[in-house]
Amino acid sequence: MPLKIIKPGLSTSVQDLGRPGYFHLGIPIGGAMDRYALRAANMLVGNDEGAAGLEAVFMGPEIEFTEDATVAVCGADMPMMVDGEAVEPWTSFDVKSGQTLSFGFLKTGARIYIAVSGGIATPPDLGSRSTYPIGSLGGVEGRPIAEGDVIPIGGGAGKAGRSVPAELRRGPGNPAQLRVLPGLYWNRLTEAAGKGFFEDTWTVAPEADRMGYRFRGGRHLEFVDREQPFGAGADPSNIVDGCYSYGSIQVPGGTEPIVLHRDAVSGGGYFTLGAIISADMDLIGQLQPNTPVNFVKVDMEQSLAARAERKAGLQKIRDALA
Amino acid sequence: MADIQSPLPGTFYHKPSPEEPAFKSAGDAVAVGDVIGLVEVMKTFIEVKSEIAGSFSGYSVDDASPVTAGQVLATLD
Repeated sequence: MPLKIIKPGLSTSVQDLGRPGYFHLGIPIGGAMDRYALRAANMLVGNDEGAAGLEAVFMGPEIEFTEDATVAVCGADMPMMVDGEAVEPWTSFDVKSGQTLSFGFLKTGARIYIAVSGGIATPPDLGSRSTYPIGSLGGVEGRPIAEGDVIPIGGGAGKAGRSVPAELRRGPGNPAQLRVLPGLYWNRLTEAAGKGFFEDTWTVAPEADRMGYRFRGGRHLEFVDREQPFGAGADPSNIVDGCYSYGSIQVPGGTEPIVLHRDAVSGGGYFTLGAIISADMDLIGQLQPNTPVNFVKVDMEQSLAARAERKAGLQKIRDALA
Repeated sequence: MADIQSPLPGTFYHKPSPEEPAFKSAGDAVAVGDVIGLVEVMKTFIEVKSEIAGSFSGYSVDDASPVTAGQVLATLD
């Protein structure tokens, strides 16, 4: 039945499409950082698109299968092997009981999604199997997988040899371009700072994780002078506590922008200059440390068009595999 | 000659902490499983262990420099 974890990789965790509906209580949606890749991997093995898979970041795990299964791995470009024999990414393949799936060095991107026919069958919490370690929810006892773990799978077989066409394998460019919709607190920045934010090339800081992605290297952001309102901290980047959205960009002290991601905190006292549009959130999940990034200003109409385009991309995969 | 490669992208350090000496210097014996450096990523320090035994020839990248997965960090004789 289960998968045996021989080597866990780095912070490899069970993720599905998350647990919406609890952010007002401080419990984030969580789920795959790159939902597009998880959905594609599930489609390839014949699962529901929202079935739970394994998300591995920067390093692949080593997994022994104790029953036959169909597997697909989508997302980052990382060579992989079944019993030492190379297998193709974005393509379904069969793994037999007793065989081991392992990975080589990451080439581009940051996260791979491993879908197994029948899905990962760890018990759901609040309607989702997604691992949220801070809240000890989902996954294996609420934590990333560890050496020696035995992970249940749903069972059954898919069809090997199904493949996502190359033009539908989405990844970030280099430099990556992330589209930003300016938000409520945009007017806290001086005109020059607002311009500089979009002109400068930033790089992904090593602190980037599932809660937030930090960027550095651009010019310091200057704020419009004001007397800080009652309840706001003394720093000009502080506001009276407010709600944060997924993708919102806070810049503590005006130095290093942080984009809140799937395991985000739900509120706090930093101004947010805007938000990464939903269509580009998946791309952030594929950024390695030190990758150059440009933020691109868009309006609501462009954001919604990008969202529709991303949906159409998923539909193209469904059509291609139908 | 054998290479020790970085298992993942991040920032590579020669030393366990800024005040301490490097894990290895030229000529040191390296056993399988010896730590030769640290890679910092996602607020975590990951030990880079040698999978081979030999004599340490030197680091291939500077202390505290950015590295990619698969990059050669050090060589053994």
